[in-house]
Amino acid sequence: MSKIKTLTVETRCYHCGEDLPFSPYILADKQFCCLGCQGVYQILSSHNLDSYYAYNDVPGQTQKTQTPRLEYLDEPTITADLIDYQDDETTVITFYIPAIHCSSCIWLLENLYKINPAIIQSRIDFLKKQVVITFKNKALSLRELAETLSRIGYEPLISLQDVVKKQQYDVSDRQLIRKIAVAGFCFGNTMLLSFPEYFGLSGLEQQFKDFFGWLNLAFCLPVVFYCGRDYFSSAWINLKNGVLNLDFPLALGIAVMFLRSAAEIFSRSGAGFADTLCGLVFFLLVGRWMQKHTYHHLSFERDYRSYFPVAVTLLKDNKERPLPLNKLKQGDRILIRSNEIIPADAILLNGTAKLDFSFVTGESIPVEKVLGEVVYAGGRQLDGAIELEVIKPVSQSYLTRLWNNETFTADKDRIKTFSGTASKYFSVALLAVAIGSGLFWLFKEDPSKALASFTAVLIIACPCALALSSPFTLAAVLSIFDKNKFYLKNTAVIEELARIDTFVFDKTGTITNPEAANFSFNGKITAIQKQWISDLARNSGHPLSRELVKWISLPKQFTALDYQEKVGRGISGRIDGQLIRLGSTAFLGIEPIPQLQGSAVHVMIADRYLGYFLSSQQWRNGFKDLVLSLGRHADLHLLSGDQEHDRKSLIPFFPSIQHMHFRQSPQNKLDYIKTLQNKGHKVLMFGDGLNDAGALKQSDLGVAVTDNINNFTPGCDAILDGSSFSRIPNFIRQAKDAVRVIHMSFGISLAYNALGLFFAVQGTLSPLIAAILMPASTITIISFTSIAARLYARKNHLL
Amino acid sequence: MNMIYMLIGISILLALIFLLAFFWASKTGQNDDTYTPSIRMLFDEEATGKVDQKSDEDHL
Repeated sequence: MSKIKTLTVETRCYHCGEDLPFSPYILADKQFCCLGCQGVYQILSSHNLDSYYAYNDVPGQTQKTQTPRLEYLDEPTITADLIDYQDDETTVITFYIPAIHCSSCIWLLENLYKINPAIIQSRIDFLKKQVVITFKNKALSLRELAETLSRIGYEPLISLQDVVKKQQYDVSDRQLIRKIAVAGFCFGNTMLLSFPEYFGLSGLEQQFKDFFGWLNLAFCLPVVFYCGRDYFSSAWINLKNGVLNLDFPLALGIAVMFLRSAAEIFSRSGAGFADTLCGLVFFLLVGRWMQKHTYHHLSFERDYRSYFPVAVTLLKDNKERPLPLNKLKQGDRILIRSNEIIPADAILLNGTAKLDFSFVTGESIPVEKVLGEVVYAGGRQLDGAIELEVIKPVSQSYLTRLWNNETFTADKDRIKTFSGTASKYFSVALLAVAIGSGLFWLFKEDPSKALASFTAVLIIACPCALALSSPFTLAAVLSIFDKNKFYLKNTAVIEELARIDTFVFDKTGTITNPEAANFSFNGKITAIQKQWISDLARNSGHPLSRELVKWISLPKQFTALDYQEKVGRGISGRIDGQLIRLGSTAFLGIEPIPQLQGSAVHVMIADRYLGYFLSSQQWRNGFKDLVLSLGRHADLHLLSGDQEHDRKSLIPFFPSIQHMHFRQSPQNKLDYIKTLQNKGHKVLMFGDGLNDAGALKQSDLGVAVTDNINNFTPGCDAILDGSSFSRIPNFIRQAKDAVRVIHMSFGISLAYNALGLFFAVQGTLSPLIAAILMPASTITIISFTSIAARLYARKNHLL
Repeated sequence: MNMIYMLIGISILLALIFLLAFFWASKTGQNDDTYTPSIRMLFDEEATGKVDQKSDEDHL
């Protein structure tokens, strides 16, 4: 056992923990997988920052990917939008750094001043993955700062659509918190001051009655006019639009409670409902706060701008200079270097274009373009630098035109919630009971009782528990989903999820697993030959080699001699005395084989051609069960941007041939969803790439499936981690159960209301009964909803 | 019994001070990030690693 352990430790990079290559980089007894990792270690150890490795094992990120060019950060016009604050001496900037993931990251990034003394202070917000850096702008430029961060492996993500969340979000949040604090403060005090009244005052203590009453009234003022203000304005706006929502009876209840308390205290006829009023507003605000739950580290509103770079290199008069992307015009000549993204549709003028469109289509095989061909925006250049002439501005490009569609400009219809529908009937019924009981007592010629019962009905039936049942149930479900790596934009999405009857899948990256490939070997191969191939491929960093090693999954036996790698073409080496060559047909010098579907790795051992490994996409784990389980109750559709070569293998999954569509453009996908919706279906779309963005937005519920939630997620309603893909039926069952829990808790709170109404219509509602009923119903609802939601989650195997 | 007026006044004043303290904390952003400080407090003042020879220089 211990032997295996030491073995694994030795084969991992000291910095990032990846497997070591055949000849690792060695520095100070530590082994590294690449120069990047070694470089980071060197920087850190020379600045006495070794503790980085003490807090966590292998805290680093692999440095194999190249760092982008950051010249554009020298352009003041570009950086002005990025900087938080700047004066003659210091600059403050907030960076979004996706690589932040452990306590070592916090420690290192908060000790940046040790690496460069010009950095005055750096503070991390771990959940938002942001770092706020204050630095002396005379000694350090913004570009140097970003390069410093990149050098130690924490490359900031700078994009057109600011990923750094604006402080404004916090302002409204803070305001709500402040209101809760005020309401809680008043609630506690009024409760204390009301106790003597409830327990009965002796004759001697009667003098305090007025004093307590006035104090209570004073505490009600901030609660009604500051904390409860939103309910009045919301009820008023909704009334003007002819909508009766739950805010109307709430505002009515608050107003009546306040007026009646004031009247009773002024006329010394009673104690008023001050504590019930403060408690009501306090609980309501807490419910509102629960509903506002947000994910700091996720963005649901990203569009193409967050995929694109901030600036592009413009070629003018044989000079290169960075240009902000929004200033890019038709006819501009731009230079795209290796690993940069093409921001606008353009014509290739110079160089060999080998483009990876996986962001756009999910297709991982690079596309080659020849001179004079039109290159669409969104591709990432893999080969050397190329020159292009822009033919369409960024916003008019083939890919980005999608965002000009009305789907993106119009607000999505607000999701209809159960509480929204129910409150309409509730409000009408409430008013009817109140007026009815008032009229009854008027008829009996008891006007004081008529007024008392009318107001009492409005007070006791104030739907506090009703208003809380939805937010608390949904918040509980949201946190259960959260634990299962299913992140929803807001609580209303759960109710929408329960209504879905049609599922639309994207193919590449959504139902196929981009991480794992399946290989099949065409030709004849023996076990020992497989062993040789695996041991040779182990030395290479190319994705295909890595996948091949993973797929063969044999432990290392032999060491490769004379190892050589021609980047992007093939590898060769001598294993167990045999010369083995793996790679493309051109690399092996044989005739190309036409019409291979997928990437092929050809094998030549001792100058004899054996055949080739063909990679094919692998369905995500549990895809088959998922489709079977969903297909029982709902329609399944497939929309793919790809060619049809997977049609045959998908037929078992999608029973109806008409529901499978290939070669769909982003616009086609959007239109297809629209047609389904026009037929009255509630559509859920699973997608991943930018090409699904329109469909995700158009569908009733857009779910982005991704393997790295912090990287690229198009605008959507929910984000699903790829590893939880097979749990979708459980999520849907849980959503349906959540709706059931809301119904039940509505029933419970209605029962409480009925009990209160029993006293209210008789005109005998005392403040004490109100003071007991209101908190009791609230606490019942809160505990019932959270317990029921968890019990259902256990039943659905989500906890 | 008149003492009660004063006692209640003082208790409300005290509660108000706490409320204002909470306002101040919320305004200065102390509640914005409730996670990172819990990790930050676990870090030692100076590195715990093996390279400690230079630490004398840091103690001025």
